[in-house]
Amino acid sequence: MSELLNELGGHIEAKRPDCVASWEVAYGELTVNVALSNIVGLVEFLRTDPSCRFTSLVDITAVDHPERPKRFDVVYHFLSMYQNHRIRLRVAAREDDMIPSITGIHPSANWFEREVFDMFGLLFTGHPDLRRILTDYGFRGYPLRKDFPTTGYTEVRYDEEQKRVIYEPVSLVQEYRQFDFMSPWEGADYILPGDEKSEEAKG
Amino acid sequence: MMDGSKTFGDAETEEQQIRNFNLNFGPQHPAAHGVLRLVLELDGEIVERVDPHIGLLHRGTEKLMESRTYLQNLPYLDRLDYVAPMNQEHAWCLAIEKLTGTVIPRRASLIRVLFSEIGRILNHLLNCTTQAMDVGALTPPLWGFEEREDLMIFYERACGARLHAAYFRPGGVHQDLPPDLIDDIEQWADEFPSKLDDIDNLLTENRIFKQRNADIGIVTEQDIQDWGFSGVMVRGSGLAWDLRRAQPYECYDEFDFQIPVGKNGDCYDRYLVRMEEMRQSTSIIKQCIAKLREEGPGDVMVRGKLAPPKRTDMKTSMEALIHHFKLYTEGFRVPEGEVYAAVEAPKGEFGVYMVSDGTNKPYRAKLRAPGYLHLQSMDYMCKNHQLADVAAILGSLDIVFGEVDR
Repeated sequence: MSELLNELGGHIEAKRPDCVASWEVAYGELTVNVALSNIVGLVEFLRTDPSCRFTSLVDITAVDHPERPKRFDVVYHFLSMYQNHRIRLRVAAREDDMIPSITGIHPSANWFEREVFDMFGLLFTGHPDLRRILTDYGFRGYPLRKDFPTTGYTEVRYDEEQKRVIYEPVSLVQEYRQFDFMSPWEGADYILPGDEKSEEAKG
Repeated sequence: MMDGSKTFGDAETEEQQIRNFNLNFGPQHPAAHGVLRLVLELDGEIVERVDPHIGLLHRGTEKLMESRTYLQNLPYLDRLDYVAPMNQEHAWCLAIEKLTGTVIPRRASLIRVLFSEIGRILNHLLNCTTQAMDVGALTPPLWGFEEREDLMIFYERACGARLHAAYFRPGGVHQDLPPDLIDDIEQWADEFPSKLDDIDNLLTENRIFKQRNADIGIVTEQDIQDWGFSGVMVRGSGLAWDLRRAQPYECYDEFDFQIPVGKNGDCYDRYLVRMEEMRQSTSIIKQCIAKLREEGPGDVMVRGKLAPPKRTDMKTSMEALIHHFKLYTEGFRVPEGEVYAAVEAPKGEFGVYMVSDGTNKPYRAKLRAPGYLHLQSMDYMCKNHQLADVAAILGSLDIVFGEVDR
């Protein structure tokens, strides 16, 4: 399985050296890193090339890495029902980058790109109808960014006096608790109570 | 006016203006299969444009998953496609097992196949019969739900919950099946085909059902590629694409089953494919039971970091006790990396894309639901159909909002 994928990765790189920044096979899956501006060309190539034939778009999503300068990874998954293989394309994007839409090649990208816009605030150029899709009408913020709180900013309730549903800032009776169960011996980034009294902490 | 003069005939006069009619379908509509709002633009009774507004059931599952451990996230998968919960859990477990390189015990694998197929029957029973309800038949759902009830009791006897099972766990399944449950499932599998024949008699040759479904919502091979269809939407159009066969996971490669395909790709063919898939699933269930009996009892969880220690070990071994405590508080760590694991869920390809940063929580988990893509094609599929066909097409797409909205 992995040899076939290695072969496929080599083939794509040989045919489109301008598009493929790098590729690797991990966990039996082929991942190709692509530059932002080349994505449309490569997707079109993957769809038509006889040994690729990635005609089905499986998924488009993004991953937020706030610490990186190119903060987002936009991840595309494709499937070929004819050759029976899969591929993953990864594109790094800045917050204000415009990503070329692939709706012209795969109409099914429409909702996926809307979802990425809705959840991460990434803009796609050439998309026919870039509206929010999963969140509420009039929602603000991009929920799947790492700096968006899990509780959100607003909550709704039915108001007896105004006889309608109203939006209010979130008020929690108790602080949202984020338990950190990482072992204190490794990976914990907090100070255990009592640690500040140790000799080292005193300097 | 009655003298035949053309002044006030049917034709458009200069004062009259004809404009398209906008119709709001849902969000609370019995044929919407949940909370779907469709904004329809009609020209007379012909649908010109469909704009589905989704997200009314959005619960932020993917966001919640980022702050919970892998094991705590498992029950969220039940709440996606709540018609066949265990099939979703399966994808989640497969993703974790792929990252950690876990090979699950043989018996666990068989039990997973058994319950995945029960899930498939659960789903198709609901879909076929409610599709009949969407086009006007009230009896089939009542008959179908009786069978679903039996299957949900099997769920309950295996894991304690009728719907939100949390039964498939990374590394196997939670608990072994009691022997009499296996007997009862076998008895059910013997009786089920005749019950299915009853539903078959009721629907398949029914004139109204046929007229409402045949030649409606035709899907071609090109549409499948363009709109990213999977599952029955593909097989209804004659492509024998099934992940259980094409990219076998678990131990599906050793089972003997047929992949039914349709010829015309219309709503009626998709119904027929689902009916036949139920028969095939029943046969897989029987094969599973035979294998479970033949191979006898065994472990249903790998013994390692992913699974809790045996209860008896915990009474005597300090390490086992520590392991148990750490597993259910800190959870297990998953090596850094990203994987995509897909299963042939009853509705199509259900996938989990998981990015792990090596801690006990997924850095990002994307749930790829087949219904999302199918619903997206509503505008394309319904164009130039009658308003009444919208319900038939929607029924045959097999949409459940738990998974579409996540």
